[in-house]
Amino acid sequence: MDITIQNTDAPPPAHRPSAAEQKRAGRGATRPGDRIFLGLSRGSGIFLLVIMAAIAVFLTYRASLAISKDHGNFLTTFEWNTNLTPPVFGIAVLAFGTVVSSIIAMAIAVPVAVGIALFLTHYSPRRLAGPIAYVIDLLAAVPSIVYGLWGALVLVPHMDGLFGWLNDYLGWTGIFSWQGGAPRSLLTVGILLAIMILPIITNVSREVFRQVPQMHEEAALALGATRWEVIRMAVLPFGRSGVISASMLGLGRALGETMAVATVLSPTFDIQTSLLDPGGGTFAQNIASKFGEATDQGRDALIASGLVLFVITLLVNGAARVIIARRKEYSGANA
Amino acid sequence: MAKRIDVSGLTAYYGSHKAIEDISMSVEPRSVTAFIGPSGCGKSTFLRTLNRMHEVTSGGRVEGKVLLDNEDLYGAGVDPVAVRREVGMVFQRPNPFPTMSIFDNVAAGLRLNGNYKKSELNDVVERSLRGANLWNEVKDRLNKPGSGLSGGQQQRLCIARAIAVEPKVLLMDEPCSALDPISTLAIEDLIGELKERFTIVIVTHNMQQAARVSDRTAFFNLAAVGQPGRLIEIDETERIFSNPSVQATEDYISGRFG
Amino acid sequence: MSTAAVTGKRRSTLRGASLPKWSPWAIGVGSIAVGLGISLAAGLDSSIQWALMAAVLFVLGTYVIAARVEGRRQAKDRVATSLVWVCFLLAVIPLASLVWETLKRGVKVFDVYFLTHSMGVVADTETGGGIYHAILGTLEQVGIATVIAVPIGVMTAVYLVEYGRGKLARAVTFFVDVMTGIPSIVAGLFVLSFWILILKMGYSGFAGSLALAILMMPVVVRSTEEMLKLVPNELREASLALGVPKWRTILKVVLPTSIGGITTGVMLAVARITGETAPVLLLVWGTNFINSDPFKDPQASLPLYIYQQYANSAGSGAAYDRAWAAALALIAFVMILNLVARGIARWKAPKTGR
Repeated sequence: MDITIQNTDAPPPAHRPSAAEQKRAGRGATRPGDRIFLGLSRGSGIFLLVIMAAIAVFLTYRASLAISKDHGNFLTTFEWNTNLTPPVFGIAVLAFGTVVSSIIAMAIAVPVAVGIALFLTHYSPRRLAGPIAYVIDLLAAVPSIVYGLWGALVLVPHMDGLFGWLNDYLGWTGIFSWQGGAPRSLLTVGILLAIMILPIITNVSREVFRQVPQMHEEAALALGATRWEVIRMAVLPFGRSGVISASMLGLGRALGETMAVATVLSPTFDIQTSLLDPGGGTFAQNIASKFGEATDQGRDALIASGLVLFVITLLVNGAARVIIARRKEYSGANA
Repeated sequence: MAKRIDVSGLTAYYGSHKAIEDISMSVEPRSVTAFIGPSGCGKSTFLRTLNRMHEVTSGGRVEGKVLLDNEDLYGAGVDPVAVRREVGMVFQRPNPFPTMSIFDNVAAGLRLNGNYKKSELNDVVERSLRGANLWNEVKDRLNKPGSGLSGGQQQRLCIARAIAVEPKVLLMDEPCSALDPISTLAIEDLIGELKERFTIVIVTHNMQQAARVSDRTAFFNLAAVGQPGRLIEIDETERIFSNPSVQATEDYISGRFG
Repeated sequence: MSTAAVTGKRRSTLRGASLPKWSPWAIGVGSIAVGLGISLAAGLDSSIQWALMAAVLFVLGTYVIAARVEGRRQAKDRVATSLVWVCFLLAVIPLASLVWETLKRGVKVFDVYFLTHSMGVVADTETGGGIYHAILGTLEQVGIATVIAVPIGVMTAVYLVEYGRGKLARAVTFFVDVMTGIPSIVAGLFVLSFWILILKMGYSGFAGSLALAILMMPVVVRSTEEMLKLVPNELREASLALGVPKWRTILKVVLPTSIGGITTGVMLAVARITGETAPVLLLVWGTNFINSDPFKDPQASLPLYIYQQYANSAGSGAAYDRAWAAALALIAFVMILNLVARGIARWKAPKTGR
């Protein structure tokens, strides 16, 4: 066979590529343009990693300054007096408030959001679904401070009735007893947070449910499944990891939500057994409320509490990632 | 217990578009009936009217009658869910549930109806997989996801899933069009076995396939693009392929158009 | 006789007893009536209570009635349907109220004067004043953040989708996810510790921009990533098969195909950071005066303005009115951004059909 013909047939250059070149060719970056472009895009990725590292390093550094001066126990002290010498502060109250309000928010928002997402993708009249989805898209973009303003001036006055009712029937549990103060409590915060994260969880879930391949739903239908059974068989399993990541987004927002909590909650630095009595606080709210009058020492203490919040969100996201990865084998995204 | 189908005056729409018009035919129990015709002639649409899957598509509606052993599928008070239980379907692209294992895929239909004992389920799953000529290939990995199988195996898994609920009729919408020749052959062999127990209707683009697997063949055509599809003729497969009574059928089969 | 009727029905495998079409409405109306009745009888005055009660009654009633008439599977199906409807209706109430209240209370002092004046000589409890300084600050801060975040975000997404294999890509994917979850206040604290406490730079709009950029990047990465993944591989292969280098394929084929989606993602990210208050509170500090230099001295910002009007006014009606009006302005801005984003998405969308 003629050698020149062989050369024109084969796309790689005529000479035998060296091992290094082959390796580069394998990555698809043999031209200068390709190299520069790859460098730029990889550089951006690395830059993001550097930022994450920097956040961890700088927060830890400032936090360590504060904690070394703390004369209380940083984890268990029920006090936040950073302007004293020596300062005494601890995050127990904040951790409690943050976790409780987020749990309330998730418990309300996730089922409702999944319900709305299903409503939009599988139940609502088609003519209605488009506009409603559009409006929810827009609501996801409403800034949290607006929710905060609405929560403080509209929602709070409306909570009196619900609180009275909860106190009458569930007051005996201790968790739902109410002494009649302004309903600016962790429960109100949780409900407001639920309303706030509802659009985002709904949106992401709806996207996922919409992507369920028609053929899987038809497979279920052809087996004689009712609409709900189609959803259980084909839609929910397919969308599960999507719903988890949607909830993760929502939880992230709820854990770190600052302004809406700061406007609605009337904070006290203690833990109430009842969710209805005002009091408690969250990491983010505490930072926002105390920042204005904090000295440098106080700022470092707030940074220390922010670091804890950062670690919590990190753990939440990490856990969600693991759940999603574990389900990947069954996700069928590549099927 | 295979059942017969009698269709009379069936017209199907997508919104205001008429997809097929005035189709009447009978499908004999325990036989294979093939639908052939050029693309867009409505044979898949017609197939989907036979288990009320057509109305799942937005704007899909139907006029006319489809009798399953003398009971109208479109009669008042008929539950489409119950219809689909009687009339199973296999789709063009293999569509095992990606989130379920092979076992769960086959058991999916059964689990809908009440509580089965584990042993009963095992029996039915094994019987269905054997019925679909798949048992020997998957018996060691029943708990692996169905999406890990090859295309031909996935399609046979879908057939196993469909026959597990013991339907009376099995509709197949171009079940081999996404498969290689060897897998196609396996499915065709399987169809030959399944017709002992089920009434089978198969849509195919492949005329040799229709000739190989079917007892009767129906030829669909449309007057022009945008016009509704119509049934041109239905007869014994042998006759359709050797001596059809309509000229258009002969033209199509001899490859003069389509 | 009834047995005969039942067996007569059972003979058909296709037919089941079914509730008439109007039954959900009837159950719904009945539930609301009972809910209202109980509330009136018990002297409850909150509208939330009877609505909740009616909702619970509706779901329970549907199940019981459907289970008796149609059987368990159908009953479950109906309960799922009614639950989904209830979810939807319950969620609509607060969200509709939010929009309605903001509109109703916001228009009170919302006029040209409000948009073109600052709070320079207006005390918090007095009427008058406006948001000009805040709008200016927000536009500058968000603009700078966008300029920083978008190129980095898009390029990172390109890396992940087009090149990303191996450890680095996995690490970046993971940390982008983690970064998406960073609370805005933590981003604010980071810039505070690094830019203000360690580098000793003062409060400024730019410091806020840095934090906003950190918040924006992962959002841009994620949305761009999604959009790039939607570009069919056939398109890339078609281009590569023509001998086009990979980087030009990305620039000329992949990115243009997904530009609509990317733009939408970027605009949504902009909308998100426009409303961020916490980092601005920590880093930009806020002022009542017009400061058009984002690199020097505190600036105002729209979301921060809302918070300060609410928090610093001790319940003064004038300040609340301004807060609502500013909220209206902020929402309007975000909505316009959204609408434009969608317009672009539609305009740039790959032409399908025909």
